[in-house]
Amino acid sequence: MQLRPDPTFYPSAKLAMEAPREQLAYVALLAVDGHAHDALAVVDCDPQSAGYGRAITEIEMPSEGDELHHFGWNACSSALCPYAPHPHVERRYLILTGLRSSRIYILDTKPDPTLPRIVKTVQAEEVVRRSGYTRLHTTHCGPEGVYISALGDAEGKGPGGVLLLDHDDFKIVGRWESDRGPQYLAYDFFWHLGHDVMVSSEWGTPEMIENGVVPELLLGGRYGHQLHFWDLRRHKHLTSVDLGAEHQMALELRPSHDPTKTYGFVNSVVSLKDLSSAIWVWQWDGKKADVTKVIEIPAEPAAAEQLPPLLQGFKAVPPLVTDIDLSLDDRFLYVSCWGTGELRQYDVSDPWKPTLTGSVHLGGIVRRTEHPARPGEPRNGGPQMVEISRDGRRVYVTNSLYRSWDAQFYPDGIDGWMVKLDTGANGGITLDKNFYVTFGSRRPHQVRLQGGDASSDSYCYPP
Amino acid sequence: MTHNWVWPALFLLGCYHGINPGMGWLFAVALALQERSVRAIWLALGPITLGHLMSVMAIVGIAVILKAAVPGLVFRAGAAAVLLGMGLYRGIRARHFRWAGLRVGFWGLTLWAFLMATGHGAGLMMLPFVNVLDASPATPGMAGMAMPADARNASWLAAVGVHTAGYLGAMTAVAFIVYRYFGVRILRTAWINFDLMWAVALAVTGVILLLT
Repeated sequence: MQLRPDPTFYPSAKLAMEAPREQLAYVALLAVDGHAHDALAVVDCDPQSAGYGRAITEIEMPSEGDELHHFGWNACSSALCPYAPHPHVERRYLILTGLRSSRIYILDTKPDPTLPRIVKTVQAEEVVRRSGYTRLHTTHCGPEGVYISALGDAEGKGPGGVLLLDHDDFKIVGRWESDRGPQYLAYDFFWHLGHDVMVSSEWGTPEMIENGVVPELLLGGRYGHQLHFWDLRRHKHLTSVDLGAEHQMALELRPSHDPTKTYGFVNSVVSLKDLSSAIWVWQWDGKKADVTKVIEIPAEPAAAEQLPPLLQGFKAVPPLVTDIDLSLDDRFLYVSCWGTGELRQYDVSDPWKPTLTGSVHLGGIVRRTEHPARPGEPRNGGPQMVEISRDGRRVYVTNSLYRSWDAQFYPDGIDGWMVKLDTGANGGITLDKNFYVTFGSRRPHQVRLQGGDASSDSYCYPP
Repeated sequence: MTHNWVWPALFLLGCYHGINPGMGWLFAVALALQERSVRAIWLALGPITLGHLMSVMAIVGIAVILKAAVPGLVFRAGAAAVLLGMGLYRGIRARHFRWAGLRVGFWGLTLWAFLMATGHGAGLMMLPFVNVLDASPATPGMAGMAMPADARNASWLAAVGVHTAGYLGAMTAVAFIVYRYFGVRILRTAWINFDLMWAVALAVTGVILLLT
C-alpha cells in the first residue's frame, strides 16, 4: 500500500507527456512452433546503456501454445478518476493473455523491472467457468479494474466480448456485458471516460481466424466491419455503426486522449473492392455515432510471382493496415502497413483532414526493404504493432501479426525484429540505426513501455 | 475545565472528509473541467453533500436507537468492535470503490456520495460522539472523562450538522482552490493515502473507545 500516488499516474495526457523517458520496453514474443513456449522480452531503451537496443532478458511462459499477443498493466492513470479512485495501487503487474490458449499470466515487475516474475496464472478453464469467454485479446486498466476482450466462447464460436479481472487479487469477476444487444464479433475496445462510453470493434470468432484468414469468409464480407458503443457504467449496448461489409476487419481503436472529446480512429484492414486499407474517424454525439473514412491507402501492383499464393490472383500487394496508434497530444497518428512494409505518420490535428507528415519503409511482402543497421539484408515482415513513447518523440515497431496469418502473407517465414524511430517535433520519422532488436526464433508482437505509453493509459481530466 | 472539544472535533472530522479527494471535491472539479465551467462545482456540491449527509445520518440514527436500547457498556463495546473491525478491514483489504460514470446527474451524484461515504465508514467515526452525547458523567467506565455540559445537552442532529458544515466547507474551499490555482497536476503529489490514514484512525479510535 503506497502513501502517495504511483508516480507513473498522470491526471491528463498532456501531463503524461512530461514523463521521463522510458528505460525499458516489454515485448510479447511468439514462439514460431505452436508447441513451443512464448516469452516476454525486456528490451533496453536507455541510450546511455551499453545494452541499448538489445533484449536484456526473455521470460519464458511455463506452458506451450499461448500465442501471446497484446497485454497491459494492472493499473494506470485512470486510477486517478474521481468516481472510483485508487491512486495508491501500484502500476506493477503486467497482465499477459494467450490469444490461443486463453490463459492469463500475472507478472510482477518489482523488485527487478528487468526480470519480471510470474506470480499467478489463471487457466483457460477458470476463464471459461467464470466468464464463458476464450481467446483473450486486449487488456486495459480502467475504472472497475482490468478489462480484457475475448474473441469467442469455449467452442470457438461467438459471441466474443469483454470480461473483468479484479486488479487486487487477479480473480475473474465475470462477463462485463449486462446487455450486448446485436453485438456478436469482438476484438478491441477502449472508451471515452468523460462520456461514460465504451467502444468495441470486430475481427472474427476463433473458428474464423485460427486456421488463417478464410478466403470464402473474406470475399463474403463476413469478417467484422462494425463498431459498437456501450454504456460504460451500466454495461449495456447502446448503438452500432457499420463501415460497410466491403471494409473487412475493423480493428484497433484509438480514441482521443482528451476526455471531453468523443472522436477516435479505427483501421479497416482490407477493402473487397480494391484491397485498400482505410482509417476512419468515429464521432459519438451522446445518442448515436457517425463514422467517416479519412484516409485510404491503396494496394500496390505486383507481379504474381512476387506474391504469396493467397494474393497471386489479385496481382497486387494490399497495404494491410493492422495497427494504428495516436500520440498523447492527439496530434500524430501512426499507421502500420504490414503488407507493403511502411510506417506512416499523419498529422491529425484536424481528425477529419489528416495530412501525411512522414513515411518509412521496412520489410514488406514485395519490397523487403532493409534496415540501416543491417545493410544489404532484405527484411521480411513489415511494421505491425506500433507504440509511441509518452512524450511522442520515439516510436517502437514490431513485425509479426498472428502466427497462422504470418504464414499466409509471409510464407517464407518472418524473422522477428523490433525497431525504433525518432520523430520530429513537427512531424517526420527516421529509423534509429542503433536500435534493431532480434529475438532468436521468436517473433515480437505488442510493445509496452515501462511506466506507460500512448495506448496503455486513459485519463479522466482534460489537458 | 471546559469541554468544548466535541464541536471542533466534529468540525475537523468533517473537514478531513472534505479534503479527501476520493470523497467528493475531485468529482466536482472533474465535472467543472469536463464542462469547462466553474458552475459545475456549485451544482455538484449540493448532491455530494446530501449523499454524504444521508450516509452519516443513517449510521448515527441507527447508533442512537441502539444506544437507547442497550446498556451503555454494551453500546460502547459494540461501537468499539465496529470501528476496530472496519479499520482493520479497510487497512488490510483495501478494495477500491467500483463505479464507472462521470455523467451522473443530481440523484446519481447523491447516490455516489452516499455509497462512497458508507463504504468508507465515514459515519462510523460519529460513534464515539454518540457515546458521549447525552451520556451522564456517572456512566460506569466513563469516570476518567468528565462530560462537557453543552455536549450533554446537544442533540445528535447538531453533531451531524457540525460535521456536515466542516465537510462542506473544506470540500468547497479545496475544490475552488484546486480548480482556480493549482490544477489537477497537484493530485500527483498531494493525494496522500487518506484511506489508509482513515483505516488507522478508525481502528485506533475503536481501541481507545474500548479502553477508556
